[in-house]
Amino acid sequence: MSDVLGNIPPGTSDSLAVLEKQRSTAETFGIPLAVLLEITHRCPLQCPYCSNPVELDRSGKELTTDEWKKVLSELAEIGVLQVHFSGGEPTARKDLVELVKHASDAGLYTNLITSAVLLTREKLSDLADAGLCHVQISFQGVEEGLADRVAGYKNSHRKKLEVAKWTRELDLPLTVNAVMHRQNLHHLPDIIQMALDLDADRLEVANVQYYGWALKNRAALMPTVAQLDECTRLVEEAREQLKGRLTIDYVVPDYYALRPKKCMGGWGRQFFNISPAGKVLPCHAAESITGLDFESVRSNHSIAWIWQNSEAFNRYRGTGWMKEPCKSCEFREIDFGGCRCQAFALTGDAANTDPACALSPLHETIFKQAEREAEGETNRFLYRNFAGGTLEPENDA
Amino acid sequence: MAGPRHISVSEASRPVLPRHAKLKYDDTRKVWVILAPERVLAPDEIAVEVLQLCNGERNVGDVSDQLAAKYAAPREAILADVIAMLQDLADKGFLTEAREKAS
Repeated sequence: MSDVLGNIPPGTSDSLAVLEKQRSTAETFGIPLAVLLEITHRCPLQCPYCSNPVELDRSGKELTTDEWKKVLSELAEIGVLQVHFSGGEPTARKDLVELVKHASDAGLYTNLITSAVLLTREKLSDLADAGLCHVQISFQGVEEGLADRVAGYKNSHRKKLEVAKWTRELDLPLTVNAVMHRQNLHHLPDIIQMALDLDADRLEVANVQYYGWALKNRAALMPTVAQLDECTRLVEEAREQLKGRLTIDYVVPDYYALRPKKCMGGWGRQFFNISPAGKVLPCHAAESITGLDFESVRSNHSIAWIWQNSEAFNRYRGTGWMKEPCKSCEFREIDFGGCRCQAFALTGDAANTDPACALSPLHETIFKQAEREAEGETNRFLYRNFAGGTLEPENDA
Repeated sequence: MAGPRHISVSEASRPVLPRHAKLKYDDTRKVWVILAPERVLAPDEIAVEVLQLCNGERNVGDVSDQLAAKYAAPREAILADVIAMLQDLADKGFLTEAREKAS
C-alpha cells in the first residue's frame, strides 16, 4: 500500500520541475508558478538594503489600475498560480484592494509583501474580504530604536507589531520577514521569539543580498564570518525545536559561500517580475544591468511572448552564453553561474562568473574586502529614496 | 482565530487544509497543486483524494474506511499511510484541525 500513498514532495523552488516532470523546463521555459508584482516604488521607509533598483520608477510612470487588472487576468490565463503584491510599499497604492479582488476572482493565490506602516485595521480587513491569502511583514529588527533607525522611520516597529496582531486576529496567515545584517544579527534569538509571540506561521531569516542599495551600504551591513556561522547554528537549532509550529526559511549572503547561488533558479527559467512601470524582468535587480532592453506589458507583445522570446530573457538563459570558467564547469546547470546582476555590479560584465563562486578569479579579492568591511569601519547608512540616497547623520549611526 | 498550530494526526482527528493552503487543479499543467505561502506543492493522486475527503467533518478513520472500500485494501495499512501522509503535511504547517463546533 505504501506505494499507493506517495509522499508529497517538499515545496521548493524546484517544484516547477516536479510539476512539469515530462517536459524539461530547460527546453520549454514553462510559465513560472509565481510572479512578483512591484506595483509601486513609493515607500515611506528608507531601508538601506532595499531590493529596489537605485533608479526608482516615479509614480507618474506606474501602470494604471486597469493596466494592472489586465496584467493579472493575463497571468492567470497563461498558468501563473501565485502573485506577490510588493513594492516599494504596495499599500501606497489606493487601488490595492481592487487589485487583490481582481486577482482572487481570476483564481490567483495572493500574497501581500508589506512594510505594514500604512495599514489600518479596516484596510487589512478589506484586503482579507477581497480574498488575500497571506501577509508578509518585513521587520528591521526586534529592538525599537535600532529597527526604526534602519527603516529611517519613527515608530515603524511599534506599528508593525500592531499590524501583525491584526493579521492574526483576521485569521490571515503571517510571515515575519526579518532582514539580517551585521548590525542586528545578534538579535536573532529575540527575532525568532518575536515571530512566535506574533503567532506567525513562517519566518524568513533573510540575510541581506548585496545588490543595488545594499551594495552601496555594504560596509555598514556586511556580517562577519563568525556572526554568520552563529546565525546558521541558531536557525538549524530553532528549525528542529519548532518543527510544525514555525516554518523557518533561511537565506545566507553569498559572499561567504564557495559556490554561488542558483539565482532566480537560473535566468529566465522559473521567475519573472513586473516593475511599477510595467517592465517584465528576469529578476527585480535586472534593470541594473545596462545594455539590456526590457519589454513592457505596455508593448504590443503578450507577457507569454516576452517570457519566451524577448532578447533580454534569452540573453542569459541556459548555458550557451557562458564564458570560462562557467562554460566547461560541471556545475553549470546546477547554479547557472550564479547571479548575473552581481556579476555585472562587481565585474562590469554580466556574462562573467559571479564572484561569489570560488572559481571566479575575483572571488578572493571580494571575499577579503567583505571580511575587512565586516570589521565595522562604519555603521552609517545611505538611506534609500528617490533622490539617489541620503547619508545618515553621523551622530545617529 | 486559527486552529492549534501543531497537530498530531490520529484516527480521531478531523484535519482540514488551513486558509493559506489551497488545493487547486492547475489547468495549464494538468495536475493538482497545493498553493501555500511561497510554495507550490505537487501532491500525488492519492494524496489529492485524501485531502478532498478531509473536509473538517470526517475524521481520519472515516477517510480510511472510504479508501479501504474503494481500493479493496486492508484498512489498517491504509490508515497508517493516511496518518503518515497527513502528519507530514501537518509538520510542514499545511494542515490544521477543524474547531470544536464542527464535531
